[in-house]
Amino acid sequence: MSHISKIILKSLFSKPSTAMYPIKKREYYPNTRGAIENDIKSCIFCGICVKKCPTKGLEVLRDQKQWSIDRCRCISCGACVTACPKKCLTMENTYSAPSTEKKVDRYIQPEDKVQ
Amino acid sequence: MSERMIIPFGPQHPVLPEPIHLSLVLENEKVVDVLPSIGFVHRGLEKLVEKKDFLEYTFVAERICGICSYMHGMGYCQAIENIMNIEIPGRASFLRVIGAEFSRIHSHLLWLGLCADAFGFESLFMHTWKLREQILDLMEEMTGGRVIFSSVKIGGVKKDVDDSLLSKINDVLLELEPQVKEISSVFLESITVRHRLEGVGVLTQDEAVSLGAVGPMLRASGINQDMRKLGYAAYAELDFEPIIDTEGDSMARCRVRIKEIFQSMDLIRQAVAKLPQGPIAAPFKGNPDGEYFSRLEQPRGEVIYYVKGNGTKFLDRMRVRTPTFANLPALIKVLKGCDLADVPILILTIDPCISCTER
Repeated sequence: MSHISKIILKSLFSKPSTAMYPIKKREYYPNTRGAIENDIKSCIFCGICVKKCPTKGLEVLRDQKQWSIDRCRCISCGACVTACPKKCLTMENTYSAPSTEKKVDRYIQPEDKVQ
Repeated sequence: MSERMIIPFGPQHPVLPEPIHLSLVLENEKVVDVLPSIGFVHRGLEKLVEKKDFLEYTFVAERICGICSYMHGMGYCQAIENIMNIEIPGRASFLRVIGAEFSRIHSHLLWLGLCADAFGFESLFMHTWKLREQILDLMEEMTGGRVIFSSVKIGGVKKDVDDSLLSKINDVLLELEPQVKEISSVFLESITVRHRLEGVGVLTQDEAVSLGAVGPMLRASGINQDMRKLGYAAYAELDFEPIIDTEGDSMARCRVRIKEIFQSMDLIRQAVAKLPQGPIAAPFKGNPDGEYFSRLEQPRGEVIYYVKGNGTKFLDRMRVRTPTFANLPALIKVLKGCDLADVPILILTIDPCISCTER
């Protein structure tokens, strides 16, 4: 047991390896694939993202100028972000907030939209 | 002759990370026969290929298994690239090697931890997984994910690695190597571990070949077979020799995996040093028409991807032969004649991945 004893003693006198959550929150990397956000003001509701989504989690209602995402279906693959012709879709590096029920986030374009 | 009895092992068992059921036929404490049954996590992913187009299916292929997700994506993309004659850029193939070797390190560290857990060495299990965490963090920084990396795409890779991250990779490996050496000395020299692994579940060279074992299971029995030697991705430009052992017991499998961790570290260093400049993905048009067998060396062994396209965006057939599936006959062989107490450790020495097996 002498081999592991050395490692255990070393660990005993060093900082804990686990993060002290919630006092210290984990920092995400710039590359971390998190929640998808839409800058709805520049969205043209072309529907390419809906076609590219492998889990069918997106919906576009052109007449109501509404773009919606089912957060429970999204797998953060980034297919929609790559396909977006206006580059209004972005991928955040933080995950979407946890929720107790399945919810769909709806983005509705304001009437006085700035092109 | 003593009375025979059947002990059900699994699908829920503390040692099993995933569900598999084995009916162990015992004579006293000795296992005389084993009847495996699988199918608890079957998801029909091969059939799904008819409903998802071939680009979307990359995301499904990555989800066949949570541990080798990088290489499942890579195997599928490699098959499609060969059908469509897409030449991937040099930088992309080196980045694929780096990603694949990091997956191998984290998979082998995971296995070492689970192995320690199987014989009740909890502190060794925790310390091994502590090291694995650094690799997962690095993978997240590189690809954006910790489990599903979603980094490989048809034609190349999705994300480039900048110089600062490349130097960080070298720094982390430099820091990690002595720590892995320290932990591996416990596995190789500690009397507690040796007592549980040495001479347990011996698979001879002939048996390994005739039962079609793959990966570390095969190499631990003295067969020199490593699919990386086929030279896919950038392996042809890297200098390495497959790790083999001759004993064929559980300890030999442990030794092979430990040596492969260091080999992977060396391969990553070589790939980082030789990483060429240039694009990371090649553009392509059209749909796959034709068929191809793609062979890769996953941490658990050789995986085969068979893809058949018909010129439309939906594939005709996609078949995966995963390493755990190939290792099951060898597992049954080594289980026969062992003690009941050795069953958990023997199941673990094939590094079972049931999600892969059942797809």
